[in-house]
Amino acid sequence: MELTTFSQQLPVVIQALNVGFVQTLKLFFVTLLGALPLGLVISFGSMSRFRGLRGVVKTIVWIVRGSPLMIQLMIIYYFPGLVLQPFLEQILGYSVNIGWGGGESGRFTAAAVAFIFNYACYFSEIYRGGIQGVPIGQQEAGQVLGLSKSQIFFKITLLQMVKRIIPPMANEIITLVKDTSLARIIALQEIIWAGQAFMKGSQGISGQLWPLFFTAVYYLAFNGVLTVLFAWLEQKLDYFKV
Amino acid sequence: MTALEVRNIQKNYGKTEVLKDISFSLEKGQVLAIIGSSGSGKTTLLRCLNFLETLQEGSILVNGKTIFDAASASKLTDEQIRENRLHFGLVFQSFNLFPQYNVLQNVTLAPTLLKLGTAQEIQEKAKKLIAQVGLSERIQAYPCQLSGGQQQRVAIARALALNPDILCFDEPTSALDPELTGEVLKVIKGLKSKDSTMIVVTHEMEFARHVADKVIFMADGIIEEMGTPEQVFGNPQKEKTKAFLQKSLEEF
Ligand SMILES: Nc1ncnc2c1ncn2[C@@H]1O[C@H](COP(=O)(O)OP(=O)(O)OP(=O)(O)O)[C@@H](O)[C@H]1O
Ligand SMILES: [Mg+2]
Repeated sequence: MELTTFSQQLPVVIQALNVGFVQTLKLFFVTLLGALPLGLVISFGSMSRFRGLRGVVKTIVWIVRGSPLMIQLMIIYYFPGLVLQPFLEQILGYSVNIGWGGGESGRFTAAAVAFIFNYACYFSEIYRGGIQGVPIGQQEAGQVLGLSKSQIFFKITLLQMVKRIIPPMANEIITLVKDTSLARIIALQEIIWAGQAFMKGSQGISGQLWPLFFTAVYYLAFNGVLTVLFAWLEQKLDYFKV
Repeated sequence: MTALEVRNIQKNYGKTEVLKDISFSLEKGQVLAIIGSSGSGKTTLLRCLNFLETLQEGSILVNGKTIFDAASASKLTDEQIRENRLHFGLVFQSFNLFPQYNVLQNVTLAPTLLKLGTAQEIQEKAKKLIAQVGLSERIQAYPCQLSGGQQQRVAIARALALNPDILCFDEPTSALDPELTGEVLKVIKGLKSKDSTMIVVTHEMEFARHVADKVIFMADGIIEEMGTPEQVFGNPQKEKTKAFLQKSLEEF
């Protein structure tokens, strides 16, 4: 049955977009959870005393930041199953299974890996700026007080760094919310995918463009919440100056 | 008793020799003032004593015990370096207070992390030190709410909280407005006692003359002249010392 009036379509569309948005949010939070700590590890790597390690890390960051996330998504999704697997089978002589699997969970894992890695590289540069922005005198003051490197980092540098990086991190995280839509390219069923389905036809609605446009409302609302959250955080750390 | 003995220390950055064969000693309870023109190596000397820089040559003895010898320095672990540091305290020209902590927390942070007593003991001691530098009223204030002079006094209390054998000051008043230098110098003068050994790098000649027991004039990485304030200020032997003192007099 074709749903023709807007009031008939609306609940169906909202329902479908909600499901898609849950997937969008899942990708967003999983990316944050992975990329926030991984970014710190990468930033330490890019500041390492060992020139070799530093060079490798900086090259990786350059590649990841310098190439489109969309291509990275496709490479990470397709490469293991479509390129690596046949190649390995040919040289090994028996069949192996190293793809992500065709299902939604396979697509999600591949997307999460791509996003975590990509965003960790961006975060690492922000962290590096934050850490190097803390005056060396802070570290030295900790040193002459006999504190260890980790005490200095966690008790002195970290909060000052957090305060410094909140504005650029807020930017990046708001971009991440919107970037999750790129996962559409590997057919992850996030909100854009859900909205687009009504163009081709789904649940009695076809040829409709407005559900796709309507997805923007979700992004806007969620980013509004994030903006308020970051403003609150900034204000929380307003009691001191760096 | 000899609190500090520095023997033949040398420090280079690449090809530039910044400290060339420096030796001196300091009795417990003495105040040593180090004067000298810009670039003569005064800051570097204090940084070496506080193990912020590694010496290439020489040794450092505290209370008769060798705590550093360049010959075996590469074997020092991070742990040992940290222990060595605790013999010394350093008050920086730019204070370097921790901005996210208030006055009390700045003073208690290190003793707490180093577990130098119960929380209560540490607090009580900190409050005493803060009173000593005249900041009891501002104990909850954050560094950004304090004047430079007040910040420097907190930095002094923070250094004292670890009971260093030798407390070093690197131009403690150079970053301050002239009207604030007095309050800081007064605090430092007030610390002088038979138990506290101090090294003060300073451009305040009056202070050096009246508070120090011993004065070192440094030039180009060597000790050009060393003696009592009367000797160095009253009767300098070297041309460089005379020229330097003459110049610093003219600044007034
Ligand atoms: N990290 C470094 N690398 C290279 N050279 C350095 C370094 N730190 C200091 N120097 C050099 O060492 C010399 C002594 O510097 P130092 O800061 O100890 O002088 P100072 O006596 O404290 O001078 P000022 O009165 O200006 O504070 C200077 O010539 C300086 O350029
Ligand atoms: Mg100096």
